[in-house]
Amino acid sequence: MAEKVSTEKTMSARDAIMAHVRKGLGVRGDEPGRRGVVQTRLRNPVANLIPERAKGTKPELVKQFQTMLENGGTGVVRVRTYKGVPDAVATALRERNLPSRVRLGSDPFFRTFEAEPGLLEILGGAAEATDLVGLSHAFAGASETGTLFLASGPDNPSTLNFLPEHHFVLIDASDVFGSYEECWVKLRGVLGAGVMPRTVNLISGASRTADIEQTIVKGAHGPKSLAVFIVGSARE
Amino acid sequence: MEQTSLHFRENATRALADPQLQRALGNVKTGFILKRAAARASLPEFDALRDEATAIKTHVIDHLDIYLEEYERRVLASGGHVHWARDAAEAREIVLAICREAGAKTVTKGKSMVSEEIGLNAALEAENIRPVETDLGEYIIQLRREKPSHIIAPAVHLNRDQIEGDFRAAHVDLPPERDLSQIVELVGEARTVLRQQFLAADVGITGANFLIAETGSSVIVTNEGNGDLTQLLPRTHIVIASLEKLVPTLEDASTILRVLARSATGQEMTSYTTFSTGPRRDEDPDGPDAYHVVLLDNGRSAMLGTDFQDMLRCIRCGACLNHCPVYAAVGGHAYGSVYPGPMGAVLTPQLTGIHDAAHLPNASTFCGRCQAVCPMHIPLPKMMRHWRERDFAGQSALATPKLAIRAWAWFAKRPGFYRFATAAQGRVLSLLPRSMLAKLPLARGWTPYRVLPKPASRPFLAQWEAREQEKLRRERPHHG
Ligand code: SF4
Repeated sequence: MAEKVSTEKTMSARDAIMAHVRKGLGVRGDEPGRRGVVQTRLRNPVANLIPERAKGTKPELVKQFQTMLENGGTGVVRVRTYKGVPDAVATALRERNLPSRVRLGSDPFFRTFEAEPGLLEILGGAAEATDLVGLSHAFAGASETGTLFLASGPDNPSTLNFLPEHHFVLIDASDVFGSYEECWVKLRGVLGAGVMPRTVNLISGASRTADIEQTIVKGAHGPKSLAVFIVGSARE
Repeated sequence: MEQTSLHFRENATRALADPQLQRALGNVKTGFILKRAAARASLPEFDALRDEATAIKTHVIDHLDIYLEEYERRVLASGGHVHWARDAAEAREIVLAICREAGAKTVTKGKSMVSEEIGLNAALEAENIRPVETDLGEYIIQLRREKPSHIIAPAVHLNRDQIEGDFRAAHVDLPPERDLSQIVELVGEARTVLRQQFLAADVGITGANFLIAETGSSVIVTNEGNGDLTQLLPRTHIVIASLEKLVPTLEDASTILRVLARSATGQEMTSYTTFSTGPRRDEDPDGPDAYHVVLLDNGRSAMLGTDFQDMLRCIRCGACLNHCPVYAAVGGHAYGSVYPGPMGAVLTPQLTGIHDAAHLPNASTFCGRCQAVCPMHIPLPKMMRHWRERDFAGQSALATPKLAIRAWAWFAKRPGFYRFATAAQGRVLSLLPRSMLAKLPLARGWTPYRVLPKPASRPFLAQWEAREQEKLRRERPHHG
């Protein structure tokens, strides 16, 4: 299909735009120095200035992460061990008067739910419009703004982050970092340089809008509430 | 896209007399400005980050040809498609071709200023494809068939009661006796109505805040999550973005993200920041089957190597609008163009030609607040001055000011005439009664609000001369 759309016409548009850009910059485009600068920068991504607040011991960062999320109206629950996760989720559902049913992906992080059949009804796969709760696992979190990093895939389908009325997210305390940059480093470590899953969602709060008279209302199109479960204790 | 920038003065006059608009604009002052100041105060590195963000974009623009090539390579490697559009017409045609091929009947849209710039909705409608704006503000103005009045808050010119009226007129299937007196109810109704559209759409179109050369990703920044439902659910995702959205790496995007939300809404970070790369992978249970990026030039490459090159750093945060006294007084629609406020005054003449937009670089008090708050350190007042100079040098749409300045110059170069003329004018005006001073022709912008002061009967130069003479006389040594 793309081949059909990428007709000669758009190919020539590409060449025309490139020529115009080079003319405006006063370059030919094949200067080795210029290309080298760009390639070095792309191959060795370097962090720029990291705010002081993103630095600290693990326990400090986890505390900041929790505070930032709570300041944005997100509920945060600390869970000591993985074994305690199903119970914590069931409790959170009860507190919100929600049925004991969640949809989640095939992330190994969720294996603990298998140990407690009957506690919750578990749905799998992509989210549906009628879902009340989606449960995801964040591969990292940045404490500087209380931001969760989630990668799409069968483990954690992206629709779980947006279609259900409520979004629950689990994160391992050891995956809480200070800055966004550290979260990217972790992702590159898993997938390799320059490779991304289809979608990476940075989530810092529930869906909201201020489009009418600058009044903030939660639950614009996405989840009306966000709840985060931090699992484990962060060690130095 | 119909542009009415030529009528800025008439538009502005009407805006100043519109009580609904004036009430709505009050929200800009209390909302955005205070929140940005608070966000800035809570991050000591904010200004240092602005410097870094500026340096990143400057570097990209200097190497734009290479970054475009690298970015394209990465998009193709991830299974996506890249289309190049020289102008708005080419961009519309590319989007239409993709939609036709997808057999699209309904297209959901995330907020995109580039889509506004190229007039995409009208083109889709002409092909019987229904565009549905999903950002709440955009949805409201689509119902009203208006243009956005602000680049990040499209419906900031409206009040709740107006929107209630629009919803009642549009959502006729819902019970007429329903309560819509609270903002939360309006949001809830939009959520319900748009849910169905998200699920029905064949194609989702979003803009991009950044394109990342390192990974071939496009990035959208939202609070509502509408952009995500737009790009996740349909089979085809189209990104439309202008060339200058390129940034090198995820690290560079992170730096700019730190100043974007804080400058825009005063948030530390928006609720959702989403990085999309290619179509869904084989094993993915959701996501689009096809991913297209339309790269739009439309006047950007022509800014390179000119006085306006730095404008390409703009990240569309809207801070310059929020802090502009002219914008705060007249709102976005008076500018009559897609991009309002100081950034629009610089960009619009580039996109449409200075002839049709000559008023915009003049719609400024040159107070400099826009440049002071711009996270990308764009010298907006200087650029507006450049446009004024070009406009004055070229074929101008503004004959009156040009004539006036020429006339003044003629007199100024001839001091004798100048003195004679100003003295004569002063004598005439000083003899007029106050009631007539209140109604002088050519002073309409002033006289409804205050009376023109009575000029001194003798002009400044004459008074100065007399005073000097007097000084000389007194200082002259007395010969006894
Ligand atoms: S010119 Fe500066 S302040 Fe205005 S929208 Fe662009 S980046 Fe923001």
